[in-house]
Amino acid sequence: MPEINVPRLEFTSMEEQPRLITLKGITKAYDGVTVLDHINLYIRKKEFVTLLGPSGCGKTTTLRIIGGFENPDEGSVIFDGQDITGVPPYKRRVNTVFQKYALFPHLNVADNIAFGLKLKKTPRDEIRQKVDRMLDLVNMSGYGKRSVESLSGGQQQRIAIARSLVNEPEVLLLDEPLGALDLKLRKEMQLELKSMQQRLGITFLYVTHDQEEALTMSDTIVVMQGGRILQIGTPKGIYDEPKNAFVANFIGESNIIPGTMIRDELVEFCGTKFACVDEGFGENTPVDVVIRPEDIVLVGEDVGHLTGVVRSVLFKGVHYEMMIEAGGILWKVHSTAMEPEGSRVGLSVVPFNIHIMHKMEEGEKK
Amino acid sequence: MTDFQVPSWGYWVMGVGFIVFIALLVAYIHKNRGFKRPFFASPYVLWLIVFTVLPCLLVCYFSFTDPAGNFTLDNFKNFWDSNYNARKAIDPAELDTYLSMGLTLNDLGLARNSINIDTLVFSLWMAFLCTVICLLLGYPAAHIMADRDFKLGPTLVILFIVPMWMNFLLRTIAMMSLLEDNGLINTILEWVGIGRQKLLNNTAAVQVGMIYNFLPFMVFPIYNVLNKMDYKLSEAAMDLGCDKWHTFYKVTLPLSVPGIVSGITMVFMPAVTTFYISRLLGGGKVQLFGDLIEAKFLSTSVTEWNVGSALSLLMMILILASLGLLRKADPKGEGGGIV
Repeated sequence: MPEINVPRLEFTSMEEQPRLITLKGITKAYDGVTVLDHINLYIRKKEFVTLLGPSGCGKTTTLRIIGGFENPDEGSVIFDGQDITGVPPYKRRVNTVFQKYALFPHLNVADNIAFGLKLKKTPRDEIRQKVDRMLDLVNMSGYGKRSVESLSGGQQQRIAIARSLVNEPEVLLLDEPLGALDLKLRKEMQLELKSMQQRLGITFLYVTHDQEEALTMSDTIVVMQGGRILQIGTPKGIYDEPKNAFVANFIGESNIIPGTMIRDELVEFCGTKFACVDEGFGENTPVDVVIRPEDIVLVGEDVGHLTGVVRSVLFKGVHYEMMIEAGGILWKVHSTAMEPEGSRVGLSVVPFNIHIMHKMEEGEKK
Repeated sequence: MTDFQVPSWGYWVMGVGFIVFIALLVAYIHKNRGFKRPFFASPYVLWLIVFTVLPCLLVCYFSFTDPAGNFTLDNFKNFWDSNYNARKAIDPAELDTYLSMGLTLNDLGLARNSINIDTLVFSLWMAFLCTVICLLLGYPAAHIMADRDFKLGPTLVILFIVPMWMNFLLRTIAMMSLLEDNGLINTILEWVGIGRQKLLNNTAAVQVGMIYNFLPFMVFPIYNVLNKMDYKLSEAAMDLGCDKWHTFYKVTLPLSVPGIVSGITMVFMPAVTTFYISRLLGGGKVQLFGDLIEAKFLSTSVTEWNVGSALSLLMMILILASLGLLRKADPKGEGGGIV
């Protein structure tokens, strides 16, 4: 079992914060199928952590184990120094925002938000004040008397967040909360969530399969696949230095080409030798070479490292996406300048933008 | 049998109705230049008119007329006092003679008799009891069956449905043989050492029979609502600080009200009008309002059809009123019942 404890690649100011949640060797199986395989993870106070991965990678199960809705088969959940494994959800100082909001249809907006406070026997006036403040926070003041079913998806989402935040949890768990919203609203809500988290100083644990969402909001991204953690790091760290081809492909778009590491700082692919900055792979080792589409520079036909023919051009708004056949491989290239279909171009990459990765083991690929 | 006569204008009404129906049909086909979907609904419309609307109208007609077809409210007075018609039928002079002889109305069997009203109240009470007990038994059953973690749930659902494939009379007769003096239950009781009990031909037996027959009608509407309920809602409740009990009564129970309403309707209505169960399990000692109406319609006396119609009409009004009330509680018909 490789990479149980993945060290963080870059450290931010988060490093000074104490660890709030620690997962130790969490393992969970449903009907004999392992969904979580010895997960180790810690989350710091006031950190915005995103669990990122394709569906079925175990990210939601991890969240549900922290929320108390599932119990791990093995391992323990430490919260603020205390083992809370097996403690029921209503005794945990965390709150969850569910994927489809799970607002109570028999209660109006204000009563939904007041639900947790009423259980704690908070005085009436205090409840009203807090509910009003929450409605304010999520830009929904004046909606208190409305029925939740009359709200749009985005509004329901805000109420779901308000309902959780009003209980002043130490950790807010969010299970793909923006999944049902349209693109524009989703982007707005991303920024809103991030600023809310910074203002309130609450730890957010966010689950998503949307890499862009993860990059936008997170302090730390945890990339998961097949019940394991592949990489933990800052958005920039993970984007710039993906640990393997899977992460590279999942975070942003990539050209992944089989190659051979001739020696340190020299790699061969497409029959050409390229200078690079990676070391320590040994000599003549088969590797995966990852090059981001925006890192490939189109140059004159005679000047480039490789020569190719433009096969297709797509306009993507800010840039053009061109598929260029060169060296027996179809390269995806992003560029603001357009080369017409069929034209011959040269491709060039600076050494720093060539990322060398170990070949993935068979087990990791699927 | 009564010599029931369709009033002469009845033929006219039916004839004109039929012609209007055909005319509408022809006009409709002509307008649409062919057959459209509503056309194919016409057999059902006809069916409903013949077997639902017409009988209802006839019940109304009979309850407001005497056997001769004249308008009267006597049938309803007879509901209040079951000897009203008899007292009216007797010659007043003759009655005076009897009374002057020192006999009382009571001796003559003509005093006010409240059996109709008493039976109605008793029926309502039995139906109420049956509904309450069905709810108390049925809700937990439905809740258990709808539990996501309970693997036997779907099997239980099937087991609840299977008896409903049998005719309810058969089931009641089976119940009869269970409760008999020499029946299975008594045999077991004797074997255990409690001794044989009188289980059949009393109110309790009728109540047990009603509960047995109507319980599924309580369980399924509630089960449907609970089963469709998003389990994330109870998770959200737990997340916000509810333990199991609070989750139930703050979220699950309020959200299952439509199912409860539907279940109550589907149990109370047949329970209040039931008549055969009391006959079989009550051994003639327990009379419900349904039995009373049945007896009126099977009676050979001429006036009884009209009295029976009046009783039926009262029953219908009662049911419609309670349906109206229940509909208020479940305006969207979420319970999936027939409200």
